[in-house]
Amino acid sequence: MGREAADMAERLAEIGFLPGERVRLLARALFGEPLAVRVGSDTFALRRAEAACVRVVRVEPDEDGRR
Amino acid sequence: MSAALADPLVALVGNPNCGKTALFNLLTGSRQKIANYAGVTVERKEGRLRTRAGGQIRVLDLPGAYSLRPRTPDEQITCDFVLGRLPDEPRPDVVVAVVDGTNLRRHLRLVLALKRLGQPVVVALNMVDLARRRGLPIDAAALGRELGLPVVETIGIRAGGAQALLEHLEREHAAPEPGSASRPLSASRAVSLDEAASIAADMASVAADQQEVERILGRLGLDGVPADTPSDRIDRVVLHPLAGPLILGVTMFLMFQAVFAWAQPFMQAITALIAALAALVGAALPAGLLQSLLVDGVLAGAGSVLVFLPQIVLLFAFILVLEDSGYLPRAAFLLDRLMGSVGLSGRSFIPLLSSFACAVPGILAARTIPNARDRIVTILIAPLMTCSARLPVYTLLIGTFVPARTVGPGVGLQGLVLFALYAAGVGGAFAVAWLLKRLRGANALHPLQMELPTYHVPSLRNLGIGLVQRVEVFVRRVGTIILALMVLLWFLSSFPVAPAGYPGPAIEYSLAGRLGSLLAVVFAPIGFNWQISIALVPGMAAREVVVGALGTVYSLSATGRDVAGQVAPLIARAWSLSTALALLAWYVFAPQCLSTLVAARRETNSWRYPALMAAYQFALAYAAAGLTYHLSRWWLGPA
Repeated sequence: MGREAADMAERLAEIGFLPGERVRLLARALFGEPLAVRVGSDTFALRRAEAACVRVVRVEPDEDGRR
Repeated sequence: MSAALADPLVALVGNPNCGKTALFNLLTGSRQKIANYAGVTVERKEGRLRTRAGGQIRVLDLPGAYSLRPRTPDEQITCDFVLGRLPDEPRPDVVVAVVDGTNLRRHLRLVLALKRLGQPVVVALNMVDLARRRGLPIDAAALGRELGLPVVETIGIRAGGAQALLEHLEREHAAPEPGSASRPLSASRAVSLDEAASIAADMASVAADQQEVERILGRLGLDGVPADTPSDRIDRVVLHPLAGPLILGVTMFLMFQAVFAWAQPFMQAITALIAALAALVGAALPAGLLQSLLVDGVLAGAGSVLVFLPQIVLLFAFILVLEDSGYLPRAAFLLDRLMGSVGLSGRSFIPLLSSFACAVPGILAARTIPNARDRIVTILIAPLMTCSARLPVYTLLIGTFVPARTVGPGVGLQGLVLFALYAAGVGGAFAVAWLLKRLRGANALHPLQMELPTYHVPSLRNLGIGLVQRVEVFVRRVGTIILALMVLLWFLSSFPVAPAGYPGPAIEYSLAGRLGSLLAVVFAPIGFNWQISIALVPGMAAREVVVGALGTVYSLSATGRDVAGQVAPLIARAWSLSTALALLAWYVFAPQCLSTLVAARRETNSWRYPALMAAYQFALAYAAAGLTYHLSRWWLGPA
């Protein structure tokens, strides 16, 4: 991971993209970018390169609690 | 140490958009700008709070920060201050950690980081009203026990909403008498500067803090994941890939239509009032220098600028409502891709939108852009957004030369032309950004990371305060700088007095007339006569002055007294349509606003960028005006 990408990942962690948090894709702009992502009780707009720094696994919509 | 420095220092710190400035305004009685998006405050602001015991507390409002590891110039200010890195400023005696009660998960992490620095921290649990309404039963006392910090509830947007915080500060931190030292809290527990820096930089702590926050939220029964909120339902429409851009376009279009249509009756009333005043002065005073100064200088000059107050109020009303609702970051979201194609990100949107009011706050707002290159490009193109000072110039020319007819149901031609001029500015800005990207290369990665806040119904109080401030600023400008420039211009246009029997208007003999003739050599190729050329010069200090300057210059050129104070009929007779269009094109790119250049110098710390800015804008404006002039002459004939 380059310095910029590492920096980006750190920043994402600071705004709440941390292990165990639930994320949800709320919206996607025309041509697929940017994304509106719910994390915790926040919504953040991310570009695809940023979103790529976040590793996610799918959870069922009705499954409660955190991974 | 002076008494003022001995007063306890309180700093408001928190994530962006948690309501720090609203609390600051409540505590200090200030009227700093608040709005619903991250990054409204980009400078530190200081105010004073007088306690009931007669003591004083210094209160600092700082830009929002997501962590103590700064990424943007505005966050840097906050971190330097909290960590005590500023040589001539002590660390705050108390940190008020402001948290958004509707979003404790993110906001509490910063509180834990602040707590580790060892200074006294009091948590202001803000927006408790909203949190309760959303069914989040926050127990402030329990939160305080879990955090090990005092917690007070606040509602930043309600009068008296900071009462609990005020009482806490008075009780715990105020000096008992004015001037005497406060309780020596800061001396004992605070960690050293080096320690503070390493604590702030510790990345591993973010994850640990997250676990601690989860534990606290679990204990308080607040760890549920929020369901579908009203904001989410609005966003499903507003952020829709097709409906979203359509809504944005229609909103912007209606805004300019309304600015034109709704302001007309008010503008006519002000025009009539000024004309009546001019007639009154003309009748009361004998013809001569004093009459000329008042009628040609003050009323035709400054008065003709004042006419545009209704439009400016309307434009700001729209901008303030958009800012307060939380829609602006959504607009930035929708335009991000487009901005990406010219090498910028959606983060540049809000600084650019602020520039529609004035480029100076727009250039300051560029501090919220993390990427240094993006920030410079944003500063360079900010003046291409049509600022409100150019609105009078546009309105005068459109009102005079564009017929007031409709071109479709509810679509006026004049409003359409106004919209087109604004669009041309935006188009020009995109073209310049694209060119800079081609010339200098863009970074591969452009982070966006932009918070989309919860929508709020715009507060009428906030709108009222904002509008009153704008009216004050505008009237003060008209009453001071514009009036002064108009009187100066009147003076230059009246002296030296032409000798008896001078053929032609006396103004041609004056200093301004001669200077105008010299400048006209440069501007004649793009269709500007000497009157326009001379009016452009004071326009550098305040662009509205161009309107007033034309008023004065033409008023003095006119032979009869009957037309005094009315610019429009004068230029309608004196100019061809091509000249008017060329001047409009000139003002789309209108360079040479001194305060903008000074702001760019301050924010970039060099003369290089302001010089580049002035040069490229002059070139663009000259080219655009010339092209418009010659194309329209070819098209319309040299009428």
